[in-house]
Amino acid sequence: MAYESRKPVVEVAAAPLVVESGYTPRSVNEKISSLVLTYPTSRGWIVGFGLSFLMVLLLLYAIVYLLAVGVGIWGVNQPVGWGFAIINFVWWIGIGHAGTLISAILLLLRQEWRTSINRFAEAMTLFAVACAGIFPLIHLGRPWFFYWLLPYPNVMGMWPQFRSPLVWDVFAVFTYATVSLLFWYVGLIPDLATLRDRSQNRIGRVIYGILAMGWRGSARHWYRYQTAYLLLAGLATPLVVSVHTVVSFDFAVGIIPGWHATIFPPYFVAGAIFAGFAMVLLIAIPLRKFYDLADFITLRHLDNMAKVLLATGLVVAYGYMMETFMAWYGGNPYEQYALIVNRMTGPYAPLYWGLILCNVVVPQILWSRRARAHVPLLFGVALIVSVGMWLERFLIVVVSLHRDFLPSSWGMYYPTVWDWATFIGTLGLFVSLLFLFVRFLPMISIFEMQELVSEEERGGHRRATSAVSPAPEAAQVSG
Amino acid sequence: MARVYGLLAEFATPEELLAAARRARDAGYRQMDAYTPFPIEGLAEVIGFRRTWLPLLVLVGAIVGCLSGYLLQYWTSVVDYPLNIGGRPPHSWPAFVVVTFELTILFAALSAVLGMLALNGLPMPYHPLFNVPRFALATRDRFFLCLEATDPQFDHEETRRFLERAQPRQVSEVAY
Repeated sequence: MAYESRKPVVEVAAAPLVVESGYTPRSVNEKISSLVLTYPTSRGWIVGFGLSFLMVLLLLYAIVYLLAVGVGIWGVNQPVGWGFAIINFVWWIGIGHAGTLISAILLLLRQEWRTSINRFAEAMTLFAVACAGIFPLIHLGRPWFFYWLLPYPNVMGMWPQFRSPLVWDVFAVFTYATVSLLFWYVGLIPDLATLRDRSQNRIGRVIYGILAMGWRGSARHWYRYQTAYLLLAGLATPLVVSVHTVVSFDFAVGIIPGWHATIFPPYFVAGAIFAGFAMVLLIAIPLRKFYDLADFITLRHLDNMAKVLLATGLVVAYGYMMETFMAWYGGNPYEQYALIVNRMTGPYAPLYWGLILCNVVVPQILWSRRARAHVPLLFGVALIVSVGMWLERFLIVVVSLHRDFLPSSWGMYYPTVWDWATFIGTLGLFVSLLFLFVRFLPMISIFEMQELVSEEERGGHRRATSAVSPAPEAAQVSG
Repeated sequence: MARVYGLLAEFATPEELLAAARRARDAGYRQMDAYTPFPIEGLAEVIGFRRTWLPLLVLVGAIVGCLSGYLLQYWTSVVDYPLNIGGRPPHSWPAFVVVTFELTILFAALSAVLGMLALNGLPMPYHPLFNVPRFALATRDRFFLCLEATDPQFDHEETRRFLERAQPRQVSEVAY
């Protein structure tokens, strides 16, 4: 192969590359699409999917029981009316943000390292939003009336109350889900055409063919396609900051100590990106190991993601600090009690200190370059951050509610087995959807990787031809 | 002779395709298109495609979304179903910003995607090019130039000879 003869010339860069050298557009195409087109399915996939699907069945069981009996099966009651459902909603929707950030903002900033992680990060966004969307719906009490949230002419002559952040949330999440889906699907169209043309069996050709919509790679089409993709990126960019801002309004507009803070929107957005990048790492590390993708998802990617994790973690830490400072400085006794005394020494204090440990202390290890290059350690940090972000939402929802203004309306919140079953069930749903995704769709964008490799190859050609001889080029044509 | 869609030349690299397309354009061909597995910078300009209405369409979508979002809230909260919420005026516009913004983004994104598909004429399940077996490589690693029969300058023999001078890997006829 041509690249082997060229390798010694190109091998100069000290920092890890975005793509390991030695790939041609053709080999990239084959490597990524054969992950989907290889039969039979590996045993590891079947076992993994089977286990996560069992968790989906648990979710279905929990939801059916909820519909039959009502929200009394959960631990929610006065004064804590927002329990696991809202905690998990905020946690899941936050996780999605990293996917949009990677696909939109990093595209506009021309960060080419995004290319090999954007596809599965976008898929992660979609699946996280799907999991998130379940919770507010089943939390409604009578979920079969969910459409009352939407503005439509009805015989009751009523309309949604547009001054309520809960209605804003419906619009924000719906728009976010739709735009994420569009972005993901548009990115997939050329790759679906590749799968259509490479698929060995008829079913694959028909299904991928329908999904590819007759894409044929015309230069005119590419031109409009790139325009549309760039515009979508520009449109998705404000969504990255707006969705969690609106979610934070659900809290910040209420006059509950612990919720009513102006720092909430930026602090929620940073927390969302923090949690999201942790989840991207949790997905990327197994993928690159089990699917042998270390050449595409290199140490450079992991290093960059760890840096984003560290930076957003510091913003989140600043948020915790300011929340506490403002409560003290504001001089409001309820705020001081709720945010300082009760959080730090109250019945849920271990969770607060656990949160500080997970989200503030542990990520500091990422200052070290060696830690960022240590893959198992990164996986561990990402896992700890995910737990920490979940604890943060628990604190915001439960600890702010459980001690009302009057001690007579104080109470404790304990999740029931059904709360846990629903939460674990959505974890299963998320993982199952990811399993299906990596089996049936290209988990790395084929055409964007080809473009990247082709550009690097041309750079390499120049170096090769000036340094050695034009021989590699001749070998290339026969390849 | 059977009616043909055009003649399709296959190249191994984007550079060869670009050069051939440029030569075809200089020779006076206008009805042509190029097919590549990934976008090639400058190719659309070479085959004579310079602008798309898409950004304008997205702008229109954004404006429609913005107006419909705001008017929806204004009409429902002020005209059709006014509610006193904490003594705020019915037309409490700061509270309407979020939904207006979300619908602006939603409509703009939908017009970007649907507009791109519509202008590209997709979905299109059948296209004569798919009759050429080697065209399957257009989504893998080959670069194609098609000179179409609708071009006044198109002549079966002459155009084939012209394409062959660019030294493609192959020239095939695209049947309907």
